[in-house]
Amino acid sequence: MKYLCLVYLDAEHWNACSDGVCAEYVHELVAAGRMVAGEPLHPTHTATTVRVRNGEVTLFDGPFAETREMLAGFYLVEANDLNEAIRLAAGIPPARYGSIEVRPVRALQVEPNATAPYSNHPTGDRS
Amino acid sequence: MPHLLQDTIAALYRQESRRVFSTLVRLLGSFDAAEEALHDAFVAAAEQWPAQGMPENPVAWLVSTGRFKGIDRIRRDRRLVGWADAVDEAESVADDAPIWEERADDARAIEDDRLRLVFTCCHPSLAEPARIALTLREVCGLTTEAIASAFLVATPAMAQRIVRTKAKITAARIPYEVPGPAELPARLASVLRVVYLIFNEGHAALSPVLADEAIRLARLLRALLPDPEVLGLLALLLLHDARRDARLTRDGDLVPLEEQDRSLWRHDAISEGCALAEAALSRPGFRAYALQAAIAALHCEAPSAADTDWPQIVGLYDALLRVEPSPVIALNRAVAIAMRDGSEAGLALIEPLLPLLPNYHAAPAAAADLCRRAGRLVDAQAHYRAALALVRQDTERRFLLRRLKEVSLANPSSWDRTDGG
Repeated sequence: MKYLCLVYLDAEHWNACSDGVCAEYVHELVAAGRMVAGEPLHPTHTATTVRVRNGEVTLFDGPFAETREMLAGFYLVEANDLNEAIRLAAGIPPARYGSIEVRPVRALQVEPNATAPYSNHPTGDRS
Repeated sequence: MPHLLQDTIAALYRQESRRVFSTLVRLLGSFDAAEEALHDAFVAAAEQWPAQGMPENPVAWLVSTGRFKGIDRIRRDRRLVGWADAVDEAESVADDAPIWEERADDARAIEDDRLRLVFTCCHPSLAEPARIALTLREVCGLTTEAIASAFLVATPAMAQRIVRTKAKITAARIPYEVPGPAELPARLASVLRVVYLIFNEGHAALSPVLADEAIRLARLLRALLPDPEVLGLLALLLLHDARRDARLTRDGDLVPLEEQDRSLWRHDAISEGCALAEAALSRPGFRAYALQAAIAALHCEAPSAADTDWPQIVGLYDALLRVEPSPVIALNRAVAIAMRDGSEAGLALIEPLLPLLPNYHAAPAAAADLCRRAGRLVDAQAHYRAALALVRQDTERRFLLRRLKEVSLANPSSWDRTDGG
């Protein structure tokens, strides 16, 4: 099962973990076969929020919600259950300065004969 | 059906249904499927046992019948839904069959399932109120209505809390397992806290249902996992509960410990609690619950309030403060010191604690009581008023009002302010 680990940091700790430290943990996760994907993000002042209403695209400068802790990056990990996902999240270096929100990934609920959106994500994945 | 068998099945339901349920959760992988299967299994028992006789091992029979009924249901749902997910689920449940058959009458496996259920319901990723509600619903088998009324919450709100919690367990895949040795101490602490909070709620609201369930839970944990803190918690609950009948007057007014009629204390519960507290303290690894139980034991063993062994109680509070440094424990220690060395000694310790406990009515209430004993009646009134502004529970409010009236009457200069604010 996949879990998305969202990394949140406040401005004061935005650069608390060097890229080298983070890369080390990514290597660890890859070696353990637990890493699915992950990327660090530019700060929220670089964000654009997109909405479509009545067919019209409207744009806003900045993130969807202004909060003290801002989304700084994500790890998509593979774990057997929440306990393992929590252990993996606790190892993410910024966990010591900010917060990691762990969210279970769900499968799209579609009829089995419908076209699969991506070949590597079978519906009801129970690896 | 012969009445005798009907009674036997009803008794079996009361005593064993949660045990059967906890194993069905593991076998069927879902709380809701297990609940339905449990119901089906008891219906089948009522239908089949009168003709076929009672099976040798009724619990194992109920488990395997419930499991087959549950798989049937999942297969039926699979035809209705047709999603790959449900197919996998039914097949994976069916694949477990040989493993279970070998273990069908393995009593230890069933006991482990009860523990798995407790640890799942008390998982730290669930909010505390959710843990409490789910434990009472799934482990104790209380109805949603009973839980809602015990916590003074509307039934639909409590039902929603329980449904959401179960949905999180499924979606986030909280595993159905007893944590390994590395995680056990922290996870056990979360379980014990849930039991403690259930008891406290019952104790404060004078709800014997919750207090009884908490003691039943603590007994279950003691049988499954005899850790010193588990013994300590059971001892603590028994020793508090032993004084249940002496805590209130006939009119429902609170009676403080020192004024309680000690002949109303239940001495069987006290001797069991004292023995458990002693056993807990004689093992390595005891912490706050065992120490609190030892303090409660000293109170219960004193023939009268005046005979209480305050020096030893202060010593236990010193140890407790080292294990769990908190202003609440410091407050209780200060009261014990006041009883040993005099009210002024206690007040000197309590005053700096008051700003640390701005929302805790027991802090100004303790200061008020010591001022009252020291004859500082004006200070006592001020502290009683502060406590009354914070207290939420009705019997405690009435007790504080009564005390405020007493000190105000003893201090005529304040007769114009006896309304209790």
